[in-house]
Amino acid sequence: MWDSIKEFAADFFVTGDPLIYGADVSIALVSIAIVFVLTYFKKWKWLWREWLTTVDHKKIGIMYLIASLLMLFRGGVDAILMRMQLALPDVEFLQADHYNAIFTTHGTIMILFMAMPMMFALFNMVVPLQIGARDVAFPFLNALSFWMFLFGAMLLNISFVIGGSPDAGWLSYPPLSELSGSPGRGQDFYIWGIQISGIGSLATGINFIVTILKMRAPGMKLMKMPLFSWSVLSASITILFAFPILTVTLALLFLDRYFGAHFFTLDGGGMSMLYVNLIWMWGHPEVYIVVLPAFGIFSEIVATFSRKTVFGYNSMVFAMMVISVLSFFTWVHHFYTMGSSADVNAFFAITTMAISIPTGVKIFNWLFTMYRGRIKFDLPMLWTMGFIPCFLVGGATGVMLAVAPANFQYHNSYFLVAHFHQVLIGGVVFGYLAGIYYWWPKLFGFKLDEKRGRWGFWFWNIGFYLCFFPQYFLGLDGMTRRVYTYGWDRGWAALNFASTAGAFLMGVGFIFQVWQIAYSVRKGERDKTGDIWNGRTLEWSIPSPPPVYNFARVPQVQHVDDWWREKEDRENGIVRPQPELEPIHMPKNSGIPFIMSSFWFLIGFGFTFDWIWLVIIGFLGVFGSMYARSFTYDVDYYIPVDEIKKTEQKLRGATT
Amino acid sequence: MAQHIVSPEVHEHHTQEQESLKTAGFWLFLISDVILFGTLFATYVVLVGHTNGGPTGKELFEIQGFVISTFILLTSSFTSGLAVLQMHAKNLKGLIFWLVVTILLGGAFLFIEIEEFLTLIHEGANIGTSAFLSAFFVLVGTHGIHVTLGIFWCIGLIIQLRKHGITTVTKRKITNFGLYWHFLDVIWIFLLSVVYLMGVM
Amino acid sequence: MSQHSADNHSHDHGHGHHEEEAHGSIKSYTMGFILSLILTVIPMVIVFNDLMGRTGTLAVILITAVAQLFVQMWFFMHIRDEKGPRYNLMALSLGILLVITIIAGSVWIMSFNSYTQ
Repeated sequence: MWDSIKEFAADFFVTGDPLIYGADVSIALVSIAIVFVLTYFKKWKWLWREWLTTVDHKKIGIMYLIASLLMLFRGGVDAILMRMQLALPDVEFLQADHYNAIFTTHGTIMILFMAMPMMFALFNMVVPLQIGARDVAFPFLNALSFWMFLFGAMLLNISFVIGGSPDAGWLSYPPLSELSGSPGRGQDFYIWGIQISGIGSLATGINFIVTILKMRAPGMKLMKMPLFSWSVLSASITILFAFPILTVTLALLFLDRYFGAHFFTLDGGGMSMLYVNLIWMWGHPEVYIVVLPAFGIFSEIVATFSRKTVFGYNSMVFAMMVISVLSFFTWVHHFYTMGSSADVNAFFAITTMAISIPTGVKIFNWLFTMYRGRIKFDLPMLWTMGFIPCFLVGGATGVMLAVAPANFQYHNSYFLVAHFHQVLIGGVVFGYLAGIYYWWPKLFGFKLDEKRGRWGFWFWNIGFYLCFFPQYFLGLDGMTRRVYTYGWDRGWAALNFASTAGAFLMGVGFIFQVWQIAYSVRKGERDKTGDIWNGRTLEWSIPSPPPVYNFARVPQVQHVDDWWREKEDRENGIVRPQPELEPIHMPKNSGIPFIMSSFWFLIGFGFTFDWIWLVIIGFLGVFGSMYARSFTYDVDYYIPVDEIKKTEQKLRGATT
Repeated sequence: MAQHIVSPEVHEHHTQEQESLKTAGFWLFLISDVILFGTLFATYVVLVGHTNGGPTGKELFEIQGFVISTFILLTSSFTSGLAVLQMHAKNLKGLIFWLVVTILLGGAFLFIEIEEFLTLIHEGANIGTSAFLSAFFVLVGTHGIHVTLGIFWCIGLIIQLRKHGITTVTKRKITNFGLYWHFLDVIWIFLLSVVYLMGVM
Repeated sequence: MSQHSADNHSHDHGHGHHEEEAHGSIKSYTMGFILSLILTVIPMVIVFNDLMGRTGTLAVILITAVAQLFVQMWFFMHIRDEKGPRYNLMALSLGILLVITIIAGSVWIMSFNSYTQ
């Protein structure tokens, strides 16, 4: 009996590495602490009612934000560990297999469980406010998306203490990721973690397309819509078309591993390169999915802090839509070296270069917006200024990589690593951080501290260049990605050491930001006006934080930057008429999204450990939840006029 | 209750707007499903020649089976349309009758498909025999799973119809189910063309 | 919550301004059914009786399948009945374009070693 328990535990828990034991202890302690605090302060009911069952887009956005910041921390720790291992030649800090696991989880977490949820956080926090809506089109589905993401992310994250981490790279190319190459549990955690959260992402894409197309405030024609909402629309369209491909590709890999199919195996007629072809049909659009909203954020910020309408609004819209469609026609540039025909490589080299044209248009538009503007360098604008040169260099090295014959030199080298970090950190992370600084006061009612934020900004930026510029040269010197150690004879020591120093500086920048948030919660400047930046779009016309129904009256939109125009009108003594208040129609909370997602978690966990009974329980639970939802007809309620009046008076003072 | 604060007409207005959003969202879901099947088709077309020395489609496919199941599914697409017509005529009995006919036909289709799969497996042509058969089973099987889910969905809708009658909400649900069922029929036509007809050519 | 489209908004709640959408008649459904039966039978007859060469047969199979797609979209799914901007049709068109890209692209790209197993 004791022996069989021991045997089970040895298979179930990851053992052997002191780092892992340290993680075990800290996870156990944190969990106990959370349970203790919730119980001590009697907060369980509050947690369930206010957060776990909420369908309010603002709260869902906040939960996405918290989760993504935690994931940024985990992915960042992975990065620091890797850089410590590579700081000098012949370091014996991490073993080869441990290093493999770390670069795999770093990539997977940063793209799928950090960038995606941070993007969805901004979607949720901003879009309904910006288009004058009271929630998204499908609030229930929105909650479901969040919980699917969270349980998927948890599935991948527990792998490093239970069952073992995936270690076949962030896109898990077969045949290495097949059963023959990765017999462990980690690969199954990877498949199911991404699969479950991927369904949530697809649902979010659909949700925001319908929200933006059908729920704009009256008068807000598409071509009067704020550019961030446009960027969300273009990203959501890309999600709609890209994510099913990911679902299929991972499902086929799962079938190979679980049912002995031969899609990507080396025997049985399978083609492992078919996987690479399919996964990049999703993977390339995916990088545009995460960067398009960043473009939208910069457009809002540049206009607000330059006090000007954005330059070339139409070309901005056009550029984003072109990017979202073109992104589906460039995927082969990730595997030029496969040995496809010259025609194939030439075609995809041209499409890849073509996509830099609309991107360039956008950069010029931002510059022209700033031209002769009275620019204020608050934190959001500071990050935008950090973004432009950084993304420009990243884009330029991207065009270098797009040249198919030259690509054979750069392929899988640190040149590539430097390039994609430059566009993903310089573009996506800088963009989302700028967006978080910009909209934080709207959601929380206070500003993030400027002084600590500036320290964070400079540590991030200097650290970034110190970390990644040396990597271009390392790549040209022949250092390939994913090597876990190298000898003194290579001559890579100095550049690698500099790079590691840069990574630590970025880590310090992150610590400053955490400090900044903690400090500002208590001492940050409170926002009484709801319009702390002197904004231009509708979200700044309501109190911060907004009431549950967002808008007491549905706004009537007349112009691009309608709120700005309304403020101008007011100065000239023109006051727009205020229609009578009406009862507001709102969706009811529901516990089903949380419950259904936890059953999905059981399915993933069951498949990972071959526990079919658990899989069956999971599927029964999922279908039970779907039926339960389908049979629920009491899904909405109304907020009476009296209550709206009271709330508005409390939030705005006696003016309304 | 909601209706105490606003009049039934206002509530109905909100419900209608809500429900029309759901049809729009469902349409987008169907398009994402088009991409899903498109990817499976791509896999199949790339791997169709990779028989690994095992049987080809020409040797395996039974003409009688797929011809019968094609006409069954085509007819069920038609009967689901008749159900929607009955719904718009506000005829609850007719609606339920044609929905029942539709799921019976769907069940017959599934029965033939499962039998085909079992025969193939019995002959030693299973998902692990070759890349071609992996792609075949997964492409056709995914369509079969969709039909199965559709049947369970429809059963749930029939129960709701008996409970609530034809309302704005049930109407939207039936409309979406109808779209889903026609969509599965269209997918099957492409399966028939690309997998079976091209397979036995 | 309340939805409102920018394109056609009215604030007079009492109105039943949601007219019934057009949704076909028994005649159009029967037409669609007969057409789809014919379009299914044509390729079957040609394939089972070897009436045409390889290219011709392939062409007929694909053309009738695509024709059937349009028949079902038109007569059963009422794609033309959408009011306001035709978002459904636009999304579907883009979807079909991308499906063609996925399939044709995969075949083109993966043809580099499809005969070396």
